[in-house]
Amino acid sequence: MAKTIVITSGKGGVGKTTSTAALGAGLAMAGKKTVVIDFDVGLRNLDMIMGCERRVVFDFINVIHGEAKLKQALIKDKRLENLAVLPTSQTRDKDALTRDGVEKVMEELRDEFDYILCDSPAGIERGAHMAMYFADEAVVVTNPEVSSVRDSDRVLGLLSSKTKRAEKGEGPVPGKLLLTRYDPARVTKGDMLNVDDVLEILAIPLLGIIPESPSVLKASNLGMPVAMDEESTAGKAYRDAVQRLMGQQIEHRILAPERPSFFQRIFGRTA
Amino acid sequence: MNLLSLFRRQRDKTPAAAAKERLTILLSHERVDVTRPDYLPMLQQDILAAIRKYIDVDENKVDVKLERAEGMAMLEVDIELPGGNSPVRIRGGRGIEAPA
Repeated sequence: MAKTIVITSGKGGVGKTTSTAALGAGLAMAGKKTVVIDFDVGLRNLDMIMGCERRVVFDFINVIHGEAKLKQALIKDKRLENLAVLPTSQTRDKDALTRDGVEKVMEELRDEFDYILCDSPAGIERGAHMAMYFADEAVVVTNPEVSSVRDSDRVLGLLSSKTKRAEKGEGPVPGKLLLTRYDPARVTKGDMLNVDDVLEILAIPLLGIIPESPSVLKASNLGMPVAMDEESTAGKAYRDAVQRLMGQQIEHRILAPERPSFFQRIFGRTA
Repeated sequence: MNLLSLFRRQRDKTPAAAAKERLTILLSHERVDVTRPDYLPMLQQDILAAIRKYIDVDENKVDVKLERAEGMAMLEVDIELPGGNSPVRIRGGRGIEAPA
């Protein structure tokens, strides 16, 4: 029976899609059958970050409307055999996400996968609501920055009231914090909120700290989830977060940003 | 800029160059597709209906794939026929219109 996890934040541009791709790839690398679903109807991007944008034929919305079978819409990753992508529609809007339709697709995925990761759109409207509604757990992606923390707090409120779990009286969907774009140097200087401040304000457990890293942009450009980048500090941090997501106790570490070595600078093999 | 970048071969594409190429290909298709009705599900139904006139095929044994490349897209339809015959493959390509 699969675990359904929503990757959410409220605020846009904090790294939900990057994190969905990275956590999905990390889980697949750890041997878990994983599917990542794009809920951002009309602004599909998970397919690009996963590098399968040229292979999209049918999508989540086609499946919801009975125009295609789930099997036809799922795109198997070419690099990781345990990983699949369910892309969304680029032409329709969020109203195409019906609650019954989403539920039916989720039920069908539950039989086949160990992890279902739902990539939420920004905001708190229908797309975000549907992404979180059937979740067992939430990963709240937050930047160490005031508006992002505020929006995350708002989303935590919704996780405890506007979800199936909450409506059935089973309590809130438990959220874990994934702090992204963390810059230890700026934290030391006192320019950036530190992880303890954010944890104190949001009062949820910490899933991981992803350092600001040039390898994230590089990975997006190449369509390769950053967790697959062996050298990247962000990749390492995501792989640690994946272990924690699977229930392992791994000590939190704040990874220093990668700096090109002397030889890398000379010979141009920089990250 | 560094020493070896001057000699770096073409196939060692930089991530930025890879990003530009991926976007160019994707957007050349999307700019055309967005204004067009979502015809693939209908196309699939029509193909299936045409084949069903002659052979009883299972809806679940139809696999449609699309591969977008520069200047063209390849549509690939795999239909598994009943009775242990090898799958029939219908292949067709379509050109794309140049974005306005």
